[in-house]
Amino acid sequence: MSAAVETGPFAHLGEALSELQLPSTEAEEWRYSRVDGIDPSRFAAASAELDESTVTAVLAEVERLVDGVDGVPAALVVLADGVVVRSTVSDDGVQVEAVDAQADPAVPDVFASVNEHVTPSEIRVRILQHARPTAPVLVVSLAVGDDVLVAPRLRVELGADSEACVVELHRSLGAATSLVVPVTHLEVGRDATVHHVVVQDVAVGSDVVGSVSATVSSSGTYDGWLAAIGGRYARARVDCRLGGRGASGRLASLYAGGADQMRDLRTFQDHLDRDTTSNLAFKGAVGGRAHAVYTGLIRIHPEARGSNAEQSNRIMTLSDEAWAESVPNLEIEHNDVRCAHASTVGPVDADQRFYLESRGVPTEVAERLIVAGFFDEVLDRCPVPGVADLVRPRVAALLEAVTS
Amino acid sequence: MSELVVEDLHAVVGDTPILHGVTLTVRSGEVHAVMGPNGSGKSTLSNVLMGRPGYRATSGSATLDGVDLLALPTWERARAGLFLASQYPTEVPGVFVTDVLAAAYEASGRDPSLVPARMAEEADAIGFGRDFADRALNVDLSGGEQKRNETLQLAVLEPRIAILDELDSGLDVDALRAVSRRLEAATDGPAPLGILAITHYSRLLQELHPDVVHIFAGGRILETGGPELVDRLEAEGYAAWDA
Repeated sequence: MSAAVETGPFAHLGEALSELQLPSTEAEEWRYSRVDGIDPSRFAAASAELDESTVTAVLAEVERLVDGVDGVPAALVVLADGVVVRSTVSDDGVQVEAVDAQADPAVPDVFASVNEHVTPSEIRVRILQHARPTAPVLVVSLAVGDDVLVAPRLRVELGADSEACVVELHRSLGAATSLVVPVTHLEVGRDATVHHVVVQDVAVGSDVVGSVSATVSSSGTYDGWLAAIGGRYARARVDCRLGGRGASGRLASLYAGGADQMRDLRTFQDHLDRDTTSNLAFKGAVGGRAHAVYTGLIRIHPEARGSNAEQSNRIMTLSDEAWAESVPNLEIEHNDVRCAHASTVGPVDADQRFYLESRGVPTEVAERLIVAGFFDEVLDRCPVPGVADLVRPRVAALLEAVTS
Repeated sequence: MSELVVEDLHAVVGDTPILHGVTLTVRSGEVHAVMGPNGSGKSTLSNVLMGRPGYRATSGSATLDGVDLLALPTWERARAGLFLASQYPTEVPGVFVTDVLAAAYEASGRDPSLVPARMAEEADAIGFGRDFADRALNVDLSGGEQKRNETLQLAVLEPRIAILDELDSGLDVDALRAVSRRLEAATDGPAPLGILAITHYSRLLQELHPDVVHIFAGGRILETGGPELVDRLEAEGYAAWDA
């Protein structure tokens, strides 16, 4: 008697993935998600070869985008459907290479496993010890083909006492419908600082399930900034592991959606050692029939005496049919720590709207001004002003669409 | 000439009746004072006229130059020429006065590009640093700065009728004088402003000389007269009206 072979939704991508199943929305980390709306079998792996006209179009689009980001980047890597089409370095303190994917000892989820097997190559960025490139390292990943599984994979290593800014722009060429599963690892060395900016702004017909994990050594800093403004279902998981004494993490995010889009943010502030500090400030807005979910866990491990963790997430619901959930969680295994969290979900403040209306500002314009003001704090925190300038009009257009 | 006509206005806050038949008329160039003790419903009058959520007129009428204010959303009441200087101006993080006034100019068919210059002019007129335009609305402003900010917005928006709700609270003597001079000047221009000043305290009225004084308590006007009512109030208190 032969047992029926169970093949999972990723089986067409290779035997190694045949047993993988989509996570269940019963699991805490996937609760409220739309993972059950994704059909991975629809998406093929990217082809390693791109035709010349596609490459030309990709580079033209990147030129247009990068034009908004100040100055010549310390390094520029351009990916089309995860395939490297350009890689340049213009700073002695920065090294970039494309290598075979390195297995992650702690794979955050199924999609990260898929990324590991499907990615054409892992982009490894090294910032040398004591190096402080003045311009950002820029990684632009464009989804190009229809029904392609796009798996960009980035590993950033910061040598001791270095400081750098790494920007990831995830976009689509035209209206490509893709499943984008980006994975980024950052290793922040002793006394090093990384400013990590991620803009997730793919075409409306695409889904994104991404993860970022940063491990920070003693007295190092992870300064993360994330804008999730594109795609139909867009999920980002951020793990900030403060692994050395005195390590710190700052996480800021802006996320917004309209129509029937969904934004799904999961964060983990892991305090593994003494005197570690984390501060998270996320802000979201949903209009139309859009949904947003945020869950955030602060974990203070037994060794993390003297740690200080803050977490705040605020979501504005801009229509009756928009829906949002914000779930903060604490796991504290040492008493000598400070933890604070704040979480709100609600419509535009009635008093604020009335105040603006009483000056003669029409209701929808008043709401737009208030939400733009609400996001301004996050935009002001963006380590690369040129990126904030790129995001601001996109957010304004999104708000215009959902408030008029 | 403009006129705000309020007739037999009854109103509730939530489900609680607060106004029990208020009647008054404010014309261009006039300064009216509504004086009453705390909790008398004075602020409710201003909020009902401007249409604050939660405040609802149940009967009576309020018109500005014949336009039925109570039928309009708040922003259209403002466009019709009504202004409310709030007792407690709301903080709106990340939103700048310039943008709000420009949006209001745009909505009323005026050129929004005129706003920055008008703001600078008005800031100078009331001794307000021009840099305040770069700060978020009422965020981290002192009580006095908030009231000067309200006055500045009033001056730039050029309404026909302004309701000033406890404008004097938080203002020091010099600021009160500067603000009052600006308001008096507004009542005396080619398109003179009519003012309905709500206060429980006569300090403002020493600077901003009212033509008409209404003694207000229990959600209605008890007596209407000239400035002499202020003196009587100073001497005898609200007890003189058994309020």
